[in-house]
Amino acid sequence: MSGLRYTRDHEWVVVDGSTARVGISDYAQDQLGDIVFVEVTALGETVSQGDVVAVVESVKAASDIYTPVSGSVSRWNEALEAAPETVNEDAAGAGWIFEITLSDASELDGLMDQKEYMTFLSTIQGPSTGAMTRE
Amino acid sequence: MAEHPPPRVTPLHDLHVRLGARMTTFAGYDMPVQYPGGIRSEHLHVRDRAGLFDVSHMGQVRISGPGGARELEALTPASLQELAPGQMRYGLFTTPAGGVLDDFMAVCRDDHLLLVVNAACVAQDVELVQAGLVSARAELLEDMALLALQGPAAEGVLAGMAPEAAGLRFMSAGEIELLGTPCLVSRSGYTGEDGFEISVPNERAVALAEALLEHPDVRPVGLGARDSLRLEAGLCLYGHDLSPSITPVEAALTWSIGKRRRAEGGFAGEQTILRQLADGAPRRRVGLRPLGRAPAREHSEIVGSDGRVIGEVTSGGFSPSLNAPVAMGYVDVNSSGEGTEVDIRVRGTPRPARVSRLPFVPARYKR
Repeated sequence: MSGLRYTRDHEWVVVDGSTARVGISDYAQDQLGDIVFVEVTALGETVSQGDVVAVVESVKAASDIYTPVSGSVSRWNEALEAAPETVNEDAAGAGWIFEITLSDASELDGLMDQKEYMTFLSTIQGPSTGAMTRE
Repeated sequence: MAEHPPPRVTPLHDLHVRLGARMTTFAGYDMPVQYPGGIRSEHLHVRDRAGLFDVSHMGQVRISGPGGARELEALTPASLQELAPGQMRYGLFTTPAGGVLDDFMAVCRDDHLLLVVNAACVAQDVELVQAGLVSARAELLEDMALLALQGPAAEGVLAGMAPEAAGLRFMSAGEIELLGTPCLVSRSGYTGEDGFEISVPNERAVALAEALLEHPDVRPVGLGARDSLRLEAGLCLYGHDLSPSITPVEAALTWSIGKRRRAEGGFAGEQTILRQLADGAPRRRVGLRPLGRAPAREHSEIVGSDGRVIGEVTSGGFSPSLNAPVAMGYVDVNSSGEGTEVDIRVRGTPRPARVSRLPFVPARYKR
């Protein structure tokens, strides 16, 4: 397995051994706008695929981040505490959000690869991804 | 989904789309949230230069006929009869129990009053006013758009088009010809900055907006920054900081209650409102500064030092000017003093905050 895999909620995950690193897609950061605060609420916890693990806040709203895979949340990107805008600037790189120790690698098979995600994005009508944002 | 009618559009809709706006439905209208620069950048531009807002979704209601101001006063504790042509005033429609039905701006013209009301309240307000008026008439002006030009550069920009605009003082209004079209221009706004609101005929709105946007100091600004700007300015948003269960005294808007009205009464909710003016209200709207970085959003609980819930956040977000979270909310009056330390529960965790003076950013009105 190589490269980023994506959820329909616009998280990405990349795996290195038993550790998965998770962030949000460039599309998601653009939709959210200026990110001013990131918090990993489930740090140290064992979580299931689809659980809310983190919150990303823009000027306007708070958005839940769901974990693409089950496991235990081992670490978060502490650099985001002082520089949350890194998520806007480099969503798929330095703007990663948390790492998780995988408990079921087969979950990755259900996620989209880059090409599939791009196709998925092309089916989305502009800003109407209400699923991302809670008021 | 299917039961929602398609959103309405303002005369500037195509211009918003052309400018690359991200659109959303707000109060039944398809409105721009932000343009490509983003909310923070638009916000800071208004504080630094000038922003142009489309606020055509707001209701413009003409009250005509003799006695309009006097008859309207039954619905609001604002003093309207004292207004001379060219003057304007902020007011609240109140319920018989003393709650707030909407807030409005009243502009006095030679032979009528113009009320500007919240988009989401237009139908309710028109019905309320029509039912309350005896001899005067209320008419919703559907042929007029409304633009707001806000920021320290606004005066220079508008004066470049019509020098007499610079002669208006804060909370005054007059008819000024812009691009050859008579417009009602008022020195007012919803950002805490100096600026103007311009009532312009629908068919001239795009030309006026384009002409204003040609000025290098002016950028289009969406509803996202409008909300963060008004929050920094400590201004209430109806449906959030104001509602039928909140009184004008609780909302710290007693300045909108006229002196004569306090003595005479004669408005909806007078019993409760006059009693609270004399004895105080049990809770009060305050500013809140979270001490950490986490924004405290609407509906977050406010907790006192003894762990008891003492209130709730009604508007909360991030202040681009202060680069810190800010909020407004209602707290028990005993905890409403400036500097009071409270906790705000965000995602279940109490986080320290301090009751703060409003506005968060000093107003820069041209009085």
